[in-house]
Amino acid sequence: MINKVVANADEAVKDIPNNAVLMLGGFGLCGIPENCISALLKTGVNGLTCISNNAGVDDFGIGLMLKTRQVKKMISSYVGENAEFERQLLSGELEVDLIPQGTLAERIRAGGAGIPAFYTPAGYGTEVAEGKETREYDGKMYLLENWLKADFALVKAWKGDTSGNLIFKGTARNFNPMMAAAGKITIAEVEELVEPGELDPNHIHTPGIYVQRIFQGKDYEKRIEQRTTRLR
Amino acid sequence: MLDKIGIAKRIAQEVQDGTYINLGIGIPTLVANFIPENISVVLQSENGLLGIGPFPEEDEVDADLINAGKQTVTTTKGSALFSSSQSFEMIRGGHVDLTILGAMEVSENGDIANWKIPGKMVKGMGGAMDLVASADNIIVAMQHCSRSGDSKLLSECSLPITGLRCVKKIVTDMAVLDVLPEGGFKLLERAPGVTLEEIKAATAGKLIIEGDIPEMKI
Repeated sequence: MINKVVANADEAVKDIPNNAVLMLGGFGLCGIPENCISALLKTGVNGLTCISNNAGVDDFGIGLMLKTRQVKKMISSYVGENAEFERQLLSGELEVDLIPQGTLAERIRAGGAGIPAFYTPAGYGTEVAEGKETREYDGKMYLLENWLKADFALVKAWKGDTSGNLIFKGTARNFNPMMAAAGKITIAEVEELVEPGELDPNHIHTPGIYVQRIFQGKDYEKRIEQRTTRLR
Repeated sequence: MLDKIGIAKRIAQEVQDGTYINLGIGIPTLVANFIPENISVVLQSENGLLGIGPFPEEDEVDADLINAGKQTVTTTKGSALFSSSQSFEMIRGGHVDLTILGAMEVSENGDIANWKIPGKMVKGMGGAMDLVASADNIIVAMQHCSRSGDSKLLSECSLPITGLRCVKKIVTDMAVLDVLPEGGFKLLERAPGVTLEEIKAATAGKLIIEGDIPEMKI
């Protein structure tokens, strides 16, 4: 098997250049590549385009990279819960493309799957449709949407092996599998890195072919945005 | 007038046995608490879960298990986890039977606006555009009027729309209304203590009243 292990996050992201297009997995703060984000804060790389469903919160996740002004453009579906984001957007300091969540997921999937464009009903008749081709199928209108690809995809998994096979946990899967496939170079950080053969091939979510670099992350905070509980 | 709980209780009466349902953030999430025990449904969360369970007890909280509102949740027996692309394949593919979501405005032909207030609020549409473009049955849960007292049931939406001609039914603090395919809000029920005159005054779009309008039973 091909060994794709790098020592740590610093090693994994050190060649990400200014103005790179990145994908970052996660939904809210669930399943985000915490270690890679910390490492990018250290390299100080800037002018980044970040494709990620959300933009973190003010003091965690991609929100940290917004504060340091490393992000030129965000491509996301929902960016609430982030005051600094809203400030930079309203002042024009940050470019933002807001995309329906299912369209975002499918554009990323298409990027990894070699499908340059597809028709979707989401956004027909809205601002999202402006300038896009439309077409009728079976009496319903659809929009043409293009694939998305990235120079680097930064994904977070629960378990991985040294050849890049990944298993996700719970709803931390979200955008990570499609992004892993859509990155020219995909960097996977995992909570537990094991040897080939230790993961059951029946349980692999992302086959290692999509992953170029992998490392075992550390000190996961896994912050919760809305801690909601019930009484026993 | 109904409070949020009342709106959620009334919508729960619309839920059919054996269906898959997507609940939006806010009042729609509350609907889950009032689905009768003899009715069996599966709740879908668009980040990638079928079978949302109750909120966790303190020692069950798992940061890797959240709903689309980013709240910690549990899974039911028989639940399934998947990616966000597969989640929206389910939604666009018409496999989710009912979508319940909030709105800022609904027009009399069923257009919905709920994602943007130009110059004021830029949070994004999340999954709302995919949901409203795809679901066959969409129920809106909302207040009849905005905080400033303006009707949210209009002849045309004034805010940027989320989807065209998609809302089938609206449950507000004042009334239950169908949105007719040919246009117009058909009044079905009044909230307890609310008069027809009050509903007429609070509805800016075309309101259709035929025969006696019963009071809701909650």
